[in-house]
Amino acid sequence: MLSRAAARIYWMSRQIERAENLARILGVTSNLLLFGKPEVQEQNLLAPLSITGAAEAFFARHRALTLPALITFLALDEDNHSSIYYCIRMARENAHAMRGQITSEMWESLNATWIEMRAMRHEQVTGAGATRFFDWVKERSHLFRGITYGTIVRGEAFNFSRLGTFLERADNTARILDVKYHVLLPSVEDVGGALDYYQWAALLRSVSSFSTYRTLYHDQIYPIRVAELLLLERRMPRSIAACLEQVREAIGKIEGQNDQAAKRLAWELYARLTYADVKEIFQGGLHEYLTACLTDMDELGHRIGRAYLGVV
Amino acid sequence: MERHYYDEMHAAPDQVRGHYRALAQWLAETPPERVLEKRREADLLFHRVGITFAVYGDAQGAERLIPFDTIPRIIPLAEWELLVKGLTQRVTALNRFLHDIYHGQEILKAGVIPAEQVLTHDAYQVAMLGLDLPNETYSQIAGIDLVRNQDGRWHVLEDNLRTPSGVSYMIENRRMMMRLFPELFASQHVLPVEHYPTMLLETLRAAAPRSRHEPTVVLLTPGPYNSAYFEHAFLAEEMGIELVEGQDLLVKDGFVYMRTTGGPQRVDVIYRRMDDAYLDPLAFRVESLLGVPGLLSAYRAGNVGLANAIGTGVADDKSTYPFVPDMIRFYLGEAPLIENVPTWQCKRPDDLAHVLHNLAELVVKEVQGSGGYGMLIGPAATQAQLEAFRARLQANPSNYIAQPTLALSTCPTFVERGIAPRHVDLRPFVLSGKEVKIVPGGLTRVALKQGSLVVNSSQGGGTKDTWVVD
Repeated sequence: MLSRAAARIYWMSRQIERAENLARILGVTSNLLLFGKPEVQEQNLLAPLSITGAAEAFFARHRALTLPALITFLALDEDNHSSIYYCIRMARENAHAMRGQITSEMWESLNATWIEMRAMRHEQVTGAGATRFFDWVKERSHLFRGITYGTIVRGEAFNFSRLGTFLERADNTARILDVKYHVLLPSVEDVGGALDYYQWAALLRSVSSFSTYRTLYHDQIYPIRVAELLLLERRMPRSIAACLEQVREAIGKIEGQNDQAAKRLAWELYARLTYADVKEIFQGGLHEYLTACLTDMDELGHRIGRAYLGVV
Repeated sequence: MERHYYDEMHAAPDQVRGHYRALAQWLAETPPERVLEKRREADLLFHRVGITFAVYGDAQGAERLIPFDTIPRIIPLAEWELLVKGLTQRVTALNRFLHDIYHGQEILKAGVIPAEQVLTHDAYQVAMLGLDLPNETYSQIAGIDLVRNQDGRWHVLEDNLRTPSGVSYMIENRRMMMRLFPELFASQHVLPVEHYPTMLLETLRAAAPRSRHEPTVVLLTPGPYNSAYFEHAFLAEEMGIELVEGQDLLVKDGFVYMRTTGGPQRVDVIYRRMDDAYLDPLAFRVESLLGVPGLLSAYRAGNVGLANAIGTGVADDKSTYPFVPDMIRFYLGEAPLIENVPTWQCKRPDDLAHVLHNLAELVVKEVQGSGGYGMLIGPAATQAQLEAFRARLQANPSNYIAQPTLALSTCPTFVERGIAPRHVDLRPFVLSGKEVKIVPGGLTRVALKQGSLVVNSSQGGGTKDTWVVD
């Protein structure tokens, strides 16, 4: 497959997955503000900016950090490259250029998403309709992924789409866990201490795993278990371990040349998460562990670019 | 002025020609509502495809849909076979000519064509001198525009030997007709055209360097903003080959590769749909971002085939056109089977004088012009337009040729108020690989405006399905 084509399909999938995760993060932030203690409100608002690394860009454009300003910036801002609007636009643009390589259903779905996104009015997204908007983004992403799985031939285009989706999701889950954990547990002494139940429930809900936690642990919410679930639980499809298993499978199917470095790192990350011990991770520090994971996933992205996508 | 035109369907007002009888009967028997409904369906279906066209060009303004007329243009097989002979003869001679001017230049030495006509021509490429091509073929894909005059005789209006387009309409129009009116195809034998992509791929493979057994062919497009991008994507998909842009190709150690996820993959033949000037920024236009640096050197080394070859433009422009019948006589020792339209070359003083004297009756065209731009149609021009054109003509005579205003034949066409005759031409596509092949049919273009003789889509022309019937 042409490198240019593979790159567009890979990025198309990453962008739609990123839009979904942005919606999840914003959704949980809106929710937290309803329940959170006053002293953590600002941190809650700051969290999405830390996760996306866009705090500086935000404050260049907005004076005060309020929920409407945050949603405007991360959902609708045309110039913000980490906004839902921008991700959907780019995903659709990539799909457009690759119409011959993806199925017409995939194209039509993304095109319809873009047309609706473009017509979305400001007050539909920032006000009382915000939750409905976030659900819409998640649904469109689910729909697109479902169409992809249901229609595309199992060839290189599919492999690159899968690779993009799951590398992006692994990255996003790691960021969500890192930032939220930090907000919820300002100091190490608090581990095992009194918890704000709603805050933790919101974190779990942001990755669709609140009921999974209940099902798997039949227990009240402990931070270490939340971390274990999001990091290592392979049955939980948004956990980093589960995503890296998909990444490893997808990259394994790609026939490349000079791609040993990329494949090796994919396997290393997979092994690291599969044969990990959550207590060890906590001893070394969760934040340090997640930082190392994010750095390596970023490096994996670069290696994929060099091995397959024509990045020099 | 009342003029006489050859009517493709009727020999006399109430007498339908034999090969149109089945269609005429069907038109008479089918309730008008049903035909109308089908025409609407066609509009709808093409609009859906048309959205594809329009979106591709969206950054540069919407691209227009080319109107499709549902009454086919019919040619009897016996007549078609004569055309095939004439087209084969003509394209063979043109390829011989191209080989000759880049090798021994026998035709120039013999004085059949003035040397300056060829050697000083803008499209003459010195880089092609002495280069031997597979099958000595330069224009693997040629589109020859044909018209019929008052008495129905066929003439060649123009040769297109660079990157002729329109073949996707030929195929799409046929698919549309078969979908809308299957009963028409059941009642008579219409020769198929859908195998064109297979024939094209075979032709392209024949342009590969000799040592390559299963050559890799790609289609090189300038990209989505090119007006023919739809056709590029369509043909690549139909042939099952990669649609590449310049940035996808690289030249290394004299060979061409495409950048793939599996590493660089050798490319043997490039079906290029961009002009010579953009192919290689090292050899031609430095500022071209569309091309592939080093492509010309790989081509000259015989490591990659190009279709069409570089430098074919010298054979197809309007100043060379008057010499094509001489080429046929010179290379093949045969009389031309399809005539040229009489042409005055304004660079000749005698011809210029004739043209200036008869300007109001003639069609005057720019030598390098295409798409119906920059031409004068004398009988349709105002006095002021005539005078303005006269001044341009006198200022730069060698830039123009003139032809009699052609009485293009007409074919019945759906118009707002029912069915009326409209002028048509025909572009068959001639493929030259190991041998010359022509798919039975082509692109019929129709001037939809009443009385208009300009069939170009850029000037309000439409298309019809073209049937060769047995």
